[in-house]
Amino acid sequence: MSSCFQTLSDYGLRSIGYGERLLPKADITLCEQFVLIGSGMIWNIYFALLALLLGFFFATVLALGKNSNLSLFSAPCRLFIFIFRGSPLFIQFFFAYDLFVLLPRLGFDIDLGFLVVTVETRWLTKAWLGALIVLFFNTSAYAGEIFYGALRAVPSQDLESADAFGFTGIKKFRRIIWPTMLRLAWPSYTNEAIFMFHATTLVFFTGFPAWQQKGDAIYYASYFADKTFNPFVPYPIVGFYFILLTLLIIGLFGLINRRLNKHLPTNERKRLRFNKYNLIR
Amino acid sequence: MFSYCVDPKTIEGLMWLSCYVTTAKHMSFYFSFLVVMGLLSLAAPLAMAFGFAGATASRSSFKIIRSLGKWYLAMIRGIPDIVFFLFIPIALDQAFEYLRHKVLCSDVTEPIRQGNDFVVCAAAKLPLNTASEWVHDIYGFSLALLAFGFVFGAFAGNVLSGAMAAVPKSQIETGEAYGFSQSQIFRRILIPQMWIYALPGLSNLWMILIKATPLLFLLGIEDIVYWAKELGGIKTGVYEYPHPDWRAWYFGVLMIFYLSLTYLSQSVLDKISTRLSQGQATMAGKAG
Repeated sequence: MSSCFQTLSDYGLRSIGYGERLLPKADITLCEQFVLIGSGMIWNIYFALLALLLGFFFATVLALGKNSNLSLFSAPCRLFIFIFRGSPLFIQFFFAYDLFVLLPRLGFDIDLGFLVVTVETRWLTKAWLGALIVLFFNTSAYAGEIFYGALRAVPSQDLESADAFGFTGIKKFRRIIWPTMLRLAWPSYTNEAIFMFHATTLVFFTGFPAWQQKGDAIYYASYFADKTFNPFVPYPIVGFYFILLTLLIIGLFGLINRRLNKHLPTNERKRLRFNKYNLIR
Repeated sequence: MFSYCVDPKTIEGLMWLSCYVTTAKHMSFYFSFLVVMGLLSLAAPLAMAFGFAGATASRSSFKIIRSLGKWYLAMIRGIPDIVFFLFIPIALDQAFEYLRHKVLCSDVTEPIRQGNDFVVCAAAKLPLNTASEWVHDIYGFSLALLAFGFVFGAFAGNVLSGAMAAVPKSQIETGEAYGFSQSQIFRRILIPQMWIYALPGLSNLWMILIKATPLLFLLGIEDIVYWAKELGGIKTGVYEYPHPDWRAWYFGVLMIFYLSLTYLSQSVLDKISTRLSQGQATMAGKAG
């Protein structure tokens, strides 16, 4: 047992570059597989969390743009959503990586007031930025389409009441349209969030290199499957971690769903029942 | 291909391009598009079969079969599909070889798992070491196909079991009132009525099946992604057709291929859905 604590301190943060440099090669223990694959989950959570947080706002913009009467706004939003929803994420990763590689290697100094940061274009060829951008665009497009559908479904009575109370512009959107849109979109958006976490497993199988063997959960799992020639241990471990994560997301989004439905009479409240909605992106 | 392509270093412009895009390797690249279409046309019915079995099992009156079915449908929600794509082919391969080893080489007493090795006798190897190249290709493709069938079967099972649950209860009760047996109700009432409820989910499934085909690359198949990487990489002067890094172009072509495929599918599916909702007591049916 104590050796497992040793493994935890050696490999617990291996995926972000702390601890033992060499990966286990011979006599691989169950503990090592659990710890290292768990360490890789840091990357899956990093990618999905940031992409979802940023994508949430961009998706709202895309949905409003697609809903606009001006084709100047709606056409680019439609095109963006079509491109990212109509092609495989796997190909998007390859395409983006190969574009980023072609960029000239430049550095820009950005003065933040208290320190100067040099932003380099070669960061785009690294997974932490390049893959994050692809995932961000991808989830924005999917969530944008979900929000757009919900926006179209906001009851017209709600809008009329808003007009009657003299709500206009930003205030009407923020107080009336947006909360209802979110409430209607929430079950599908939960689904999208789950799939975003699952999609992060693709990152290190595309062009983006896992520098110094700092990879995500499935990168280490396939490493172990190759080394031990036994797929029956590492892949179920990845599955175990992702089931835990999925349950966590459902719990968290369920709480938000409760808050979004708070004002409704109890018999109209929709509970997030995971087995009831369309599970497919 | 063309007669002027004998010495590509001496020609330029469009002539060079016409020679370049007709090399033997490019022909393999074009052929791999057919492999994608082949996979789509085989994986879709296989997934429907798996899905139908899963959905039926999850409604079974036998507890063991029911829970097996429910596990099969539920598992895909929690675990990323890539895990299955990586796991199933190698797991199946080892399972087949294990069984063949037990049957064909029962006289060998050494354990199959020796440390980090998986050792079976030569006669149990799949495909046999002596088998020709195309047998290996077909075997690899079949394992990949089974993985696709399994994963998308679970998705389809979710759609179908949702559709079965959506058939109005009164229809089933009417069947019971007429003295239909459970299997008659299933065949004559439930199945014919569920399709209209399953259609939106199945359309969606077809779209994700299209978008999952490049994952063949992960299974070691020489598919369009493999060839795009291979052909697009930098070719130095030692190659017949030297060129800089053109991978972005090749993957751009793949993007366009998939975008047109999904666009085409979407318009066909929209037509089918309009057609099927004619005369139905739904909003879409009344609008027409």
